[in-house]
Amino acid sequence: MHTFEFIRPADSAAAVATAAQAKTAQQGADVRFVAGGTTLLDLMKLNVETPARVIDINRLPLDKIEGTLDGGLKIGATVRNSDLAHHPMVQRDYAVLSQAILAGASAQLRNMATTAGNVLQRTRCMYFRDTMMPCNKREPGTGCPAITGSNRMLAVLGTSEHCIATNPSDMCVAMAALEATIHVQGPKRARAIPIADFHLLPGSTPDRETVLEAGDLITHVTIPPPVAGSKQVYLKLRDRSSYEFALASAAIVITVAGGKVTRARVALGGVGTKPWRSPEAEAALVGQDVNEANFRKAAEAAMRDAKPQSENGFKIKLAKLCLVHALQIGTTG
Amino acid sequence: MRDDPQLGAGRSALPAEIAEGANIEGAVPITLRINGKDRQLRVDPRMTLLDCIRETVALTGTKKGCDHGQCGACTVHVNGRRVNSCLSLALMHDGEEITTIEGLGTPDALHPMQAAFVACDGYQCGYCTSGQIMSGVALLKEPCGPDDAAVKELMSGNICRCGAYANIVAAIQQVRKNT
Repeated sequence: MHTFEFIRPADSAAAVATAAQAKTAQQGADVRFVAGGTTLLDLMKLNVETPARVIDINRLPLDKIEGTLDGGLKIGATVRNSDLAHHPMVQRDYAVLSQAILAGASAQLRNMATTAGNVLQRTRCMYFRDTMMPCNKREPGTGCPAITGSNRMLAVLGTSEHCIATNPSDMCVAMAALEATIHVQGPKRARAIPIADFHLLPGSTPDRETVLEAGDLITHVTIPPPVAGSKQVYLKLRDRSSYEFALASAAIVITVAGGKVTRARVALGGVGTKPWRSPEAEAALVGQDVNEANFRKAAEAAMRDAKPQSENGFKIKLAKLCLVHALQIGTTG
Repeated sequence: MRDDPQLGAGRSALPAEIAEGANIEGAVPITLRINGKDRQLRVDPRMTLLDCIRETVALTGTKKGCDHGQCGACTVHVNGRRVNSCLSLALMHDGEEITTIEGLGTPDALHPMQAAFVACDGYQCGYCTSGQIMSGVALLKEPCGPDDAAVKELMSGNICRCGAYANIVAAIQQVRKNT
């Protein structure tokens, strides 16, 4: 691990001011915030991340879960994933979020990992993690060996000729279906960014993963009030039943009245280069009768633009079946 | 020479200047309360909590397996909650309460979880065992369903390459039934 200066700021403003001296908040950033450390320390040991300064935000007052005035939820940046998953308001109103978090990582990691850290979780692509290999995300312009290499775990939606890395987060998939907003304090102003706009597609700049600029500190995430009468499901399919990243997952928030779907929010995990909201699936569901044929149409719509790589074509069928099954669970009983 | 609690009075695992980390360039002073005892330490900013426990404090019951948070051998409790000590910087825990396997029980007075692992034969080579036991003890205070499947789910962050899983689950269930 490269050496670095460890900084414990007095407040969020000091953290932002220090981080604003960095050239970028993206890959290669020379200043990094650390909270749980489960992604950053891992990547620093691999020399994928080599910050000159590390700012510890664990003692800033960003660790609260609170109801908002409109009946929604405000989740602090440093709330631990385990505390979020087990919080009574989350279990009552946002079951899909609790289920998604508990379907990811291990109990130890969930005790460390935080809201903001999970939002910024990095890909598990083996080429990104290995500094001996080329990687357009880690070193722009060096190429993507995954496209002709080992890509079984990688993405089929949102890929480009430059990068096919999967976003590994479960939590973000649930947040996409819940239409969460990421709140950021920057050097000039605070911003609120819908999660759908927060993560970027790789395109020709896979080193840019989010809209964050140097100095931007995620302070909290908000979720709108729960939709009355809706049901929420997170279904994750993986190679083993625990402690494994998704091959495909689906988060749904669905409302049914008179045997028809009146509202649907759908997001997919394990298949996209970012947490994958599917307006196509939602449009295919709304107004339709609750039955398997219609669920299959929605799944086809969700995966219509999917592009298989040499080893991961199975994910397209798996993701469809995952979504159909999640919809069946969400509309039964 | 400082007394080392694991080795007994008059014995130290490491020379004092190494044990204290005093000669490390750029080292930062911190205090960790480890197994109920305050430790004034000087640590390199890069030092993980795991390396600090093993190399600086010389408590070697906590093991380094993968060093990337994937195996659970390094599991300790920070302020009563289980974490992977390999993915955390020692500096981040200044002033915090750390419990390692050495803080649970002694050979003459085993913690119930340690006794259950012995009774149920919950190990073979033993390398993962301290992490398994630290996880098992923490699990007792976490939301966990009554059946074996719930225990397996919450123990999935601790890998046992010998495959003693069935007996590990039995040991944890034995402690849960008796408390």
